[in-house]
Amino acid sequence: MIEVKNLTKIYDSKKVLNDISVDIENGEIFTIMGPSGTGKSTFIKSVIRLIEPESGSIIVDGRDILKAKSEFEIQNVRKNFGYLFQEGALFDSLNVWENVTFGLKYLTDIPKEKYIRIAKEKLKLVGLENIEYKKINELSGGMKKRVALARAIAHNPKYILYDEPTTGLDPISSDIIINLIKEMAEKLKITSIVVTHDVKLALTISTRIGMLFNGKFIEVNTPEKIKESSIKEVKDFIETSFIESK
Amino acid sequence: MNPISRLGEISIKIALHLGRTFFMVKNVLFWLFHSKLEKNEIFKQTVRIGVDSLGVTTLTSLFTGMVLALQSGYTSKNLFNEPLYVGTVVGFSLVKELAPVLTAIVVSGRAGSSVTAEIGTMAVTEQIDALYTLGTNPSTYLLIPRYFAFIIALPILTVFANIVGIFGGFLVSSIKLSIPSSVYFDDILQFMEVKNFMHGFIKTFFFAFTIATVSCYKGLYTEGGAEGVGRATTNSVVLSMILILAIDYFVSSFLVLIGIT
Repeated sequence: MIEVKNLTKIYDSKKVLNDISVDIENGEIFTIMGPSGTGKSTFIKSVIRLIEPESGSIIVDGRDILKAKSEFEIQNVRKNFGYLFQEGALFDSLNVWENVTFGLKYLTDIPKEKYIRIAKEKLKLVGLENIEYKKINELSGGMKKRVALARAIAHNPKYILYDEPTTGLDPISSDIIINLIKEMAEKLKITSIVVTHDVKLALTISTRIGMLFNGKFIEVNTPEKIKESSIKEVKDFIETSFIESK
Repeated sequence: MNPISRLGEISIKIALHLGRTFFMVKNVLFWLFHSKLEKNEIFKQTVRIGVDSLGVTTLTSLFTGMVLALQSGYTSKNLFNEPLYVGTVVGFSLVKELAPVLTAIVVSGRAGSSVTAEIGTMAVTEQIDALYTLGTNPSTYLLIPRYFAFIIALPILTVFANIVGIFGGFLVSSIKLSIPSSVYFDDILQFMEVKNFMHGFIKTFFFAFTIATVSCYKGLYTEGGAEGVGRATTNSVVLSMILILAIDYFVSSFLVLIGIT
């Protein structure tokens, strides 16, 4: 379980995250939705301390990760997480299987001989086969995202953080990713935090949605209740998104 | 903006860059002793930096040796009617000064720029963040191997540049100035001592450290997409070159002071 309490992050004297609190239960897909620049990415980057918040606490399985002092302690916390970056963030200098298994060397004790088998296994899980030896620049945008997802789950994390997983993808690739997020949660029992401004994605996959607006959660609710929300900003955001998609 | 505010702004920027550089070097030193060395990466980067710079280093030192022989030969011919001590001038100039400095400048332009561009691209595409999420950090995976690579490759390239430059001088001496090869090489070996060679060789380690620090720092703190990467790369080369020349003076002064002349 992840408990976020009174989290505040300030950039250039602007509170990007303003004293926000939320609990994320094990096994759920919690989606943070909201327009660009409202602090969504800042939130998930804070969860694994890629960004240092000014105040608050982030308790993962009973342990406040903001209290971890040394880089070793922080790395220990990160072992529990997988992270899918907005653009994939795959290493161009490595091929597909080297990318997928990159973290195993640092996050696990798995012997090197098993890496290629694990890479094949994880790639199969995201619907990719026989591409282990391809270079990253030979892959399409959708394939890159899936390879990045295979990399994020390679070390069997308990939690996975998705940063705008469908951004920049065509509708077919986007649907594949949506299904994969659901599958990861169901098959692997991974707790997921998804950051997106894609309303369709949020309403399709989420157990709960937190609507982030100006650094604050203005509503946290199930997709059904979010759809019928009476809060003006939530209604406007959903309506505008549907008009744009039409 | 008034001049005092401008001065204040510049001072803050310099302090910020120096502070960040200090912490970057501190992290490199910390992880050097607290993580496993990425031996494959060190080997890969050393070969890359060496191979990348070898061609340009060869041409630069060859022509430098040639022009040194030509200028010193004709100057002494004009003054004394004979090309005297051409080998000595070429040998000393190259070994103590020109080969280390020019090789460092070539390496900063060729390999330093590519290191900045590579790390810079990784920074703007979140690959640096990805390193953290995968249980490592940029110091261990990116910076330490590149520091090692520069510190190994630059001295080797400099020794190679010495040899090529002296050979270039020899070509001009024998073809254009008709100096016998025995005289040319005697002129070098008669006066050259180990400490003369060490004077130039020791400096290469300072240059290597400078190029590695500047190119890694500029890459790591790249902002602003592709345009930012271009800007960081240019800044990295310019700053490296200036620092190489400045450090050359101060290290040379120090070496002279302690008797390594």
